[in-house]
Parts: sequence; structure tokens; C-alpha cells
Amino acid sequence: MDIRVHSHAFDAGAELNAFSAAQQGAGAVVSFTGIVRDPGGLIALEIEHYPGMTDSAIAAMAVTAQARFGLTGALVIHRHGSLSPGAAIMMVATAAPHRADAFAAAAFLMDYLKSRAPFWKREVTASGATWVAATSADEDALARW
Amino acid sequence: MNTLDVLYFAWVRERIGLPRERVDTGAATVAGLVAELVTREPRYAAAFADTRALRVAVDQKLAGFDAPLAGVREVAFFPPMTGG
Repeated sequence: MDIRVHSHAFDAGAELNAFSAAQQGAGAVVSFTGIVRDPGGLIALEIEHYPGMTDSAIAAMAVTAQARFGLTGALVIHRHGSLSPGAAIMMVATAAPHRADAFAAAAFLMDYLKSRAPFWKREVTASGATWVAATSADEDALARW
Repeated sequence: MNTLDVLYFAWVRERIGLPRERVDTGAATVAGLVAELVTREPRYAAAFADTRALRVAVDQKLAGFDAPLAGVREVAFFPPMTGG
């Protein structure tokens, strides 16, 4: 398991290649990259986090995913700080002997990262800054696990 | 009495005007701590006006407002998380 939380940019392609090359016994690698979407007029997306808890919360999710889906490995990279539209916010990669488990584990990790990892997003536009509200859909997504 | 580090994130931090502070409390639970904080100043009352809109972590693990404070070092208050 490889969990990284930092402010600097990352190369999702290079990370995915390195992750894939390091797997033993995997037949499937799934990855997800989240990017800063501009709904119109977005200057920056600011991401606040809870240093210390962020890493431990994500690590706990990854341990659960690894056991539940029989992963050969999992990678989570999540940025904090001020990000420009189009920038990569985070990525998840999962590897398993078969694709169903790799897909499910990536979805599981994304659903948990969305509402159980201590990050808070704020959208900055010319008219000010607004905290992004969590949605009930985010919470409902956990029910399927 | 118990001395805690109390942390605030996102709009909770903005309403209270501090990212963290040290608090001496006799409260037995998180809810008891909140009850003490809201009597301090209006900005605390504003931040804790609707605790259903808030989440709590006790020693960096998600917890409920009924969580006990015995032996606890750090309590954090924040809105629902928006990661990913």
C-alpha cells in the first residue's frame, strides 16, 4: 500500500506505470484520476485537510480494501492546497488477480475518500470563495458497501 | 479537569476564527465540551448552532458527540468531508 498526501503536482501516468510494474500476481490494474472541474468562473479549488488524520484514515480504508477485495496493491495520492482548473486532485490505483475486484476496490476507495477522509474543498471565483457542501448522494454511496 | 487540543476545520475554523486551541474542560463527553464552548462567546454558539451539520474526530478517529473524553488528547470539529 502506498498512501501519499501532499500539495505538489503528480504525474498520474508515470505513477500508474510504476504501480503496475511493482505488482506480483496481478491480472488487472484499475485507476481513477480526479481533476478540478470548472463549472464556470472557477479561479482555484482550495483543499484543506487534517494533517495526521488524513494519512491514517486513508491507510485504514486501503487496509480494508486490500483484505476485502484480495488486492495485490493499492495506491492513493491526494493533493491539498490551491489547485487550478484541470489539475489532477487525486488518484487511486488498485491491482488484483481479476478485474472485478480491482474495479470494485477502486470504487470502494473513491466512495470512502469522498466522505470519510478529512478533506474540505472550497471553490474560489471572482465573486468570492464557497465551501463545497457534501451531498446525500456521497453518503448514500457508502451504503452499497 | 482534562486539557485538550481542540481543532477546527473549514467553515467551523472560519466561524470560530482559530485553527486550534488548548482547552481545559471538566466535560465527560464531546457533547459536554460543546456545551461548555457555546457559553464562551457568540462565535462558538454560531459555529455549533446545528451540531447535525458537524462531524467530530477524537484522537484523529471519527466519533460521535457521545464519545467520552477520558484519556483523550485531541478533539476536532468540522463539516462533512468533501475529499476525492
